[in-house]
Amino acid sequence: MKTLPGRDHPLAIAGFAGPALLLLGLFMLLPLLFAAGATFTDHRLVSPEPTRYVGLENYRRLLALQVVEVEPLRDAAGAALRDEEGIRFPTWRQTRRARPSLAQYRPAWQVGFGERRFVLAATDPLFYRSLINTFLFALLVLPLQCGVALGLALLVNQRIAGRVFFRTVYFAPVVTSMVVASIVWSFMLNTDRGMINELLRAVTGDPNVGPDWLGEPRYALPAIAIMSAWQGAGFQMLVFLAGLQSISPELYEAATLMGANAWQRFVHVTLPGLRNTIVFVVVSTLLLAFGLFTQVDVMTQGGPLDSTTTVVYHAVRTGFRQQDIGYGSTIAMVFFAIVLLVAVLQRVLVARGENA
Amino acid sequence: MMKRALLPVLAMVASHALAAPVDITVWRHDTGDAEMVASRNMVDRFNRAQDKWKVVVETIPQGTYTESITAASLVGHLPCVMAIDQPAVPNFAWAGTIRPLDKLLPASVVQPLLPGGRGTYQGRLYSVGQFDVVLALFARRSRLAAEGIRVATIEQPYSARELQDILLKVKQSGHYRYPLDLNGKATGEWFSYAFSPWLESAGADLIDRGNYLRVDGVLNGDAAVGVARYYGRLFRDRLAERNPADDKSFEQGRSLLQYTGSWKARDYSERFGDDLVVMPPPDFGNGPRIGAASWQWAVSSSCPYPAGAAAFLAHVLSAQEMAGFSRMTGLVPVTADAAALTEHYRPGGAWRIYFDFAARYARPRPATPGYPAISAAFEKAMADVRAGKDAAEAMDEAVETIEHDIARNGGYGFVRREAVARQ
Repeated sequence: MKTLPGRDHPLAIAGFAGPALLLLGLFMLLPLLFAAGATFTDHRLVSPEPTRYVGLENYRRLLALQVVEVEPLRDAAGAALRDEEGIRFPTWRQTRRARPSLAQYRPAWQVGFGERRFVLAATDPLFYRSLINTFLFALLVLPLQCGVALGLALLVNQRIAGRVFFRTVYFAPVVTSMVVASIVWSFMLNTDRGMINELLRAVTGDPNVGPDWLGEPRYALPAIAIMSAWQGAGFQMLVFLAGLQSISPELYEAATLMGANAWQRFVHVTLPGLRNTIVFVVVSTLLLAFGLFTQVDVMTQGGPLDSTTTVVYHAVRTGFRQQDIGYGSTIAMVFFAIVLLVAVLQRVLVARGENA
Repeated sequence: MMKRALLPVLAMVASHALAAPVDITVWRHDTGDAEMVASRNMVDRFNRAQDKWKVVVETIPQGTYTESITAASLVGHLPCVMAIDQPAVPNFAWAGTIRPLDKLLPASVVQPLLPGGRGTYQGRLYSVGQFDVVLALFARRSRLAAEGIRVATIEQPYSARELQDILLKVKQSGHYRYPLDLNGKATGEWFSYAFSPWLESAGADLIDRGNYLRVDGVLNGDAAVGVARYYGRLFRDRLAERNPADDKSFEQGRSLLQYTGSWKARDYSERFGDDLVVMPPPDFGNGPRIGAASWQWAVSSSCPYPAGAAAFLAHVLSAQEMAGFSRMTGLVPVTADAAALTEHYRPGGAWRIYFDFAARYARPRPATPGYPAISAAFEKAMADVRAGKDAAEAMDEAVETIEHDIARNGGYGFVRREAVARQ
């Protein structure tokens, strides 16, 4: 490679990269190091007592996990007791009294197979609930948001009148503040008078139809996912649009001449042409999905029954509202490690795909 | 030549700067328009009345206000004077963020304050308030009559059971989709403010106030779980709405009763006039209870001009200012002198009943630095119960969270007395 004097000189490189590295170090690396340091202490936000070194205690409390099999309550003959709700199990307090090793543990998740019930018990069950919810949210929002964005991009890429208008309309939610969007959607999702349930009632003709979107554990997270996809899709649409326009029209012409129909053109020209764009969009959407916080904070506060609490929300709640900075930092660090792992994994998979 | 012409101007600017009043920064939470205007007028009057100090107010959204102060205290960026929600005062006092006011304020200013106007921690005064709010059950006389329901009074409040029967009956009449509005749009401290008095009314509490250490058996005792179960049933039976779209269901006639604070007094009496009835909260066995003390003023330890801060506080606590604030906002003043100056709260006034409620039912929230953690745990438990969780499980969980927090903070400076006694 040819060396350009004055451009590849170490001093020049340092001169150009220096300011950026300095800012990166000051605003990214340094806080990260502080947070990493705080994870080994019991640092409190408001406390007159000195911060103490606690070693790995925070990590132990966060990650400790046990799978416990809970036996149903049995009558004298040894048969499982039943009531109208099915087999009766002891409460968690009763279970724990029988097994002293579970003293600090609380249930995070449970599955039942007939007479057997397995409980995922942790010292911080909310962390595992949050982790599960965060991945569940990513799983829901990723195909939805990327699919919608690609569809919209294909639509507004047509040579039709008013396409600039439509591009603007689809992009509008992105520039709307997430807080505002969340408040508006809480109105729309309201059980009794929300627009969505009113529509459902108008369509079905049944005045009692319509779920409690944000009040029932099984609907709350999907509802937030749909809302988030709506809010964010415009941005991915623009990226896809740029990708679409970089595909050479000759390729389409050639494909048409060879007798390819619209679907074949999409599969064999558009998709391969969009390969890098898709990788970028999927990665960025995934990372955005992991950061889910605002919608939860405004719409559900982690409820109902912890069905929408996310790792970031849990970290903020612990660190600021409960003023436990040491532990909040621990949550953030562990989550940082997980996200890093996912990103590396994705990178490896993409690289393998390129070589194939 | 130019320089010479500028000199007198410079001298003028400099002398003006020397005589200029010292800035006293004040933080307050952003509340309704009436309150903000009243607050601004109060500050303007102070600034005009003397030329030594100039109060500069910064407002911060209420939703994240306490967290903002906490974060600011961490980096040493607190203002001189700040509004603090009274239950958080012991926490800031324990942390040394705010300074005691005993010596700062003259006795003539502090002495007339009712308990709802003081924030104390371990016997010292740390905050002072101008006003209090009172919890009440609001209804309309004509609507109650239409449903054939009696009006509850101080002599004869609704018992919890009676209230439930009323709600079930009203629900069956089909006139109201949700007969009771529990101010369900509110979040955060509202849960503890509104529903821990129910615990106290049932003979339970958030924490044992004898030592501020014991929670097990208090917050998850039979009485407390009973209250939580009652609360959960209100939502399960669809007597109250889980996630209301707005806080106007009572005003718009969609609910028969509303359980909320006296901050609504002004709106409702303007709207409904004599038709409005203000009733005590339900009685769970030991008589109705309501929380005492609202937002108050505290002086930060880092304030370089405590004298200026004290002058401002003395100003806002004067009977005229307190009465003026109350007149504009409808909030309950916390001295008898100020009350006498207002049309509504003077003896025989239209809103005197809130005063009577405060006198009979009000009880401050537990004065421990652990209160924010206790409140957060209780809030989560109640939100879970509202969503359908078993009340006993929810309360157990809250107890464990609180106990863990207290242990982690070395008891917040409280000593376990019974342990000492046993030795």
